[in-house]
Amino acid sequence: MELKDKLISSFLAFEEACDVDSDIHNLRCEAIKEFETMGFPSKKQEAWKYTSLNSVLKYDYSVFPKKEDAIEYRDIKKYLIHDIDTYNLIFIDGIFSSHLSQTTHDKIDVCLMSSAMAKPKYKGIIDQYFNKIVSKENGFNSLNTAFAREGAFIHIPKNIAANKPVQIINFATGNESALMIQPRNLIVVEENAQIQIIERHQSLTDHPVLTNSVTEIFAAKRATVDYYKIQNDRPSASLIDNTFIDQKDDSNCSMHTFSFGGKLTRNNLNFYQRGEHIDSTLKGITIIEDKQHVDHNTLVHHIFPNCESHQDYKGIFAEKSTGVFNGKIVVEKEAQKINAFQSNNNILLDDSATINSKPQLEIFADDVKCSHGCTIGQLDEDSLFYLRSRGIPLKEAKALLMYAFANNVLESVKIPEIKKRITHQIALKLGVSLGFDL
Amino acid sequence: MAYTEDDLKKELETKEYEYGFYTDIESDTFPIGLNEDVVRAISKRKEEPEWMTDWRIEAYRIWESMIEPEWANVRYTKPDFQAISYYSAPNKKPKYDSLDEVDPELRATFEKLGISMDEQKMLAGVAVDVVMDSVSVATTFKKTLGEKGIIFCSISEAIREHPELVRKYIGSVVPQKDNFYAALNSAVFSDGSFCYIPKGVRCPMELSTYFRINQAGTGQFERTLVIADEGSYVSYLEGCTAPSRDENQLHAAVVELIALDDAEIKYSTVQNWFPGNKEGKGGVYNFVTKRGICEKNAKISWTQVETGSAVTWKYPSCILKGDNSIGEFYSIAVTNNYQQADTGTKMIHLGKNTKSTIISKGISAGKSQNSYRGLVQINSRATNARNFSQCDSLLMGNKCGAHTFPYIEVKNKSAKVEHEATTSKIGEDQIFYCNQRGIPTEKAIALIVNGFSKEVLNKLPMEFAVEAQKLLEISLEGSVG
Repeated sequence: MELKDKLISSFLAFEEACDVDSDIHNLRCEAIKEFETMGFPSKKQEAWKYTSLNSVLKYDYSVFPKKEDAIEYRDIKKYLIHDIDTYNLIFIDGIFSSHLSQTTHDKIDVCLMSSAMAKPKYKGIIDQYFNKIVSKENGFNSLNTAFAREGAFIHIPKNIAANKPVQIINFATGNESALMIQPRNLIVVEENAQIQIIERHQSLTDHPVLTNSVTEIFAAKRATVDYYKIQNDRPSASLIDNTFIDQKDDSNCSMHTFSFGGKLTRNNLNFYQRGEHIDSTLKGITIIEDKQHVDHNTLVHHIFPNCESHQDYKGIFAEKSTGVFNGKIVVEKEAQKINAFQSNNNILLDDSATINSKPQLEIFADDVKCSHGCTIGQLDEDSLFYLRSRGIPLKEAKALLMYAFANNVLESVKIPEIKKRITHQIALKLGVSLGFDL
Repeated sequence: MAYTEDDLKKELETKEYEYGFYTDIESDTFPIGLNEDVVRAISKRKEEPEWMTDWRIEAYRIWESMIEPEWANVRYTKPDFQAISYYSAPNKKPKYDSLDEVDPELRATFEKLGISMDEQKMLAGVAVDVVMDSVSVATTFKKTLGEKGIIFCSISEAIREHPELVRKYIGSVVPQKDNFYAALNSAVFSDGSFCYIPKGVRCPMELSTYFRINQAGTGQFERTLVIADEGSYVSYLEGCTAPSRDENQLHAAVVELIALDDAEIKYSTVQNWFPGNKEGKGGVYNFVTKRGICEKNAKISWTQVETGSAVTWKYPSCILKGDNSIGEFYSIAVTNNYQQADTGTKMIHLGKNTKSTIISKGISAGKSQNSYRGLVQINSRATNARNFSQCDSLLMGNKCGAHTFPYIEVKNKSAKVEHEATTSKIGEDQIFYCNQRGIPTEKAIALIVNGFSKEVLNKLPMEFAVEAQKLLEISLEGSVG
């Protein structure tokens, strides 16, 4: 059976397992109908022109995973940023693992989507925010809404800065021969509140996994959201990540995406600026090889005047890998005095690697400063020669230059432990061990 | 504009009425509608050999199976292809008897552009003296070209007299099945130009001047084929700075350029067709397919100044097939009022050490929409390919839009591709600086726009650069707000 048909037929069983009386029931039914009409996106759609899902959709994914498997902290410790104190939301095959997680309701709420949906206390927030900014552009979003049950729920009330970062990690155990999981996260940061979030998807075996994740983030006035996505999964796992960020006046949101692993990764990152003096940052480093495919599809929608956005995506592509960057900046006609910058720089290491880049601008206002730049090139021969003439071997010299190339993005990472880990990952990826921390 | 919607409507109405009576296939104007018989009849009319008729029929069959593309960033009511007459012999009868009868606004524009009286008459459709200078000039040109072995004639003539060349190259760069409008053009093209430059010959003149005087009334479906044999050079200018009051709503031209080893073709276009009135009614739809192929060490350079047409949909492209070949694209697209332009280029790098440069300047004013859409593709065998693209947009007012859709596809590690785009408005300080020195705002804007467009204007043949500069000024008149 085709995956699409399978999903549609499993929907009924899924609905029965959930609470049919809840308000979300109607949303779900609507969403599955949308998915039925849209289906999975195909290469014929402009936004998916360079990304074919055939190799991902061919598996017979199981939609209802078996119950939580016994996983010990030591099995997963290395995937956590464990040297700092954090709240942890750990999901195993899409099911919340209470003994591995650390949640809180003390001043701030860091808990589960399923419990937030069930408790009357959170009804107001769910009603106000849930599924409000998810675009219906592709079938994946509707599919996720239809099956929305579990994920992270984070609510930071007015004037509170979360005392420690939150880690959201989805593990796939590989108990199933092929598994599809659909986490649904809702993050609401009220006026003048602050939060740092680290998100990761990780499979523990080489069984195929398809993750279709949807995250909605609401940043109210003067709120600060600092979000990191670490994508370093096994070569059997694919990820469709859909993130929607709604920003109000004077808020500041930044998103860093580090893509090193996985078979196929598609990041749909959407920023909607609904207020003045907003700052949005979108940065990413992609280092991939060997038939891996990473597609960054970003949208920054400037609706109000006096806002800024900064985009900086760097990619290094080794043999047989494919990189896609599809960045779009839309400036509405009322949105005067906008500064929007977008840059996409790529290095190809092999002739079998491909990069497809499409930096788009759609501008309707005249008093704006918008620019985009895109480069594709190689490491500078002179710089390489300079390093080698000082006794640095070719491999290390190349690694140093590539590290320098990616450094712009790393500089703005605010959690030192993440920076350290990422630099370590980069060194590993580039296959060098330098006698010092890069 | 004095040419209002009513005029157009009246014209269209009377036209249809006119067609109603012409059913005879041998008459000057064909009945409206398109089918295989019409295609055959066009071919017969032009006394074409059988292979050409077959080629047209093949194109027609392909066209029938295609649907009109919708991906371009333009909105318009789709033309009804069965409501068009596909062949109409050039009208010999002059529209006016003297220049005084011509719309004064049109004449004012001619004056500003500095077009000679005789040319003005030609362009406005006024009866011209037989001993007019240009005719003798044209004859002299023909003699000079003939001595060098250059063939320059209409494509119908070429099909009859040089079938071996036409047959070899027509459709080799833009095949019939390339796209909807190319297929339509291949089936029904009425006329166009053919140019062949023999081996090692450098064409002694800009083919523009000749062209401008002789080809004022070109058809709706124009087909141009330019072949530059090994080591030759030609500079070709199409169109004209003067506003052209063409009654055809839809223009679907195809231009094919073939630059063999070491040849160079410079193709410049100035387009100033009727853009519709200030309310956005009427105007020409310009859907053009232009493409050139470069063999070893060859060079093709496209330069375009687009100021007219209600809807433009045009991507002059280069296929850099041979090693060391070069493709260039320089463009200025100005849109005002309700005009929409979706234009850009494709650079397909296939050979080693191929280079391409793209400079695109978009100026939008009024309520217009101006898009740049380009593709730079470096194939895996194109070692050391190099591309530089720059797209700058200038916006005037917040009712217009500027859009950039660059596609970059690279499959070779030694490729160097750079793309830059900026969007801005004319700075108040820049205007103030000019005002302060006694330059009125309108002039100041013209000055700044000229500076903005300089890189492209410089690439035009000299005499046209001057006219194009004035044209920019006129196109943006009244857009200061």
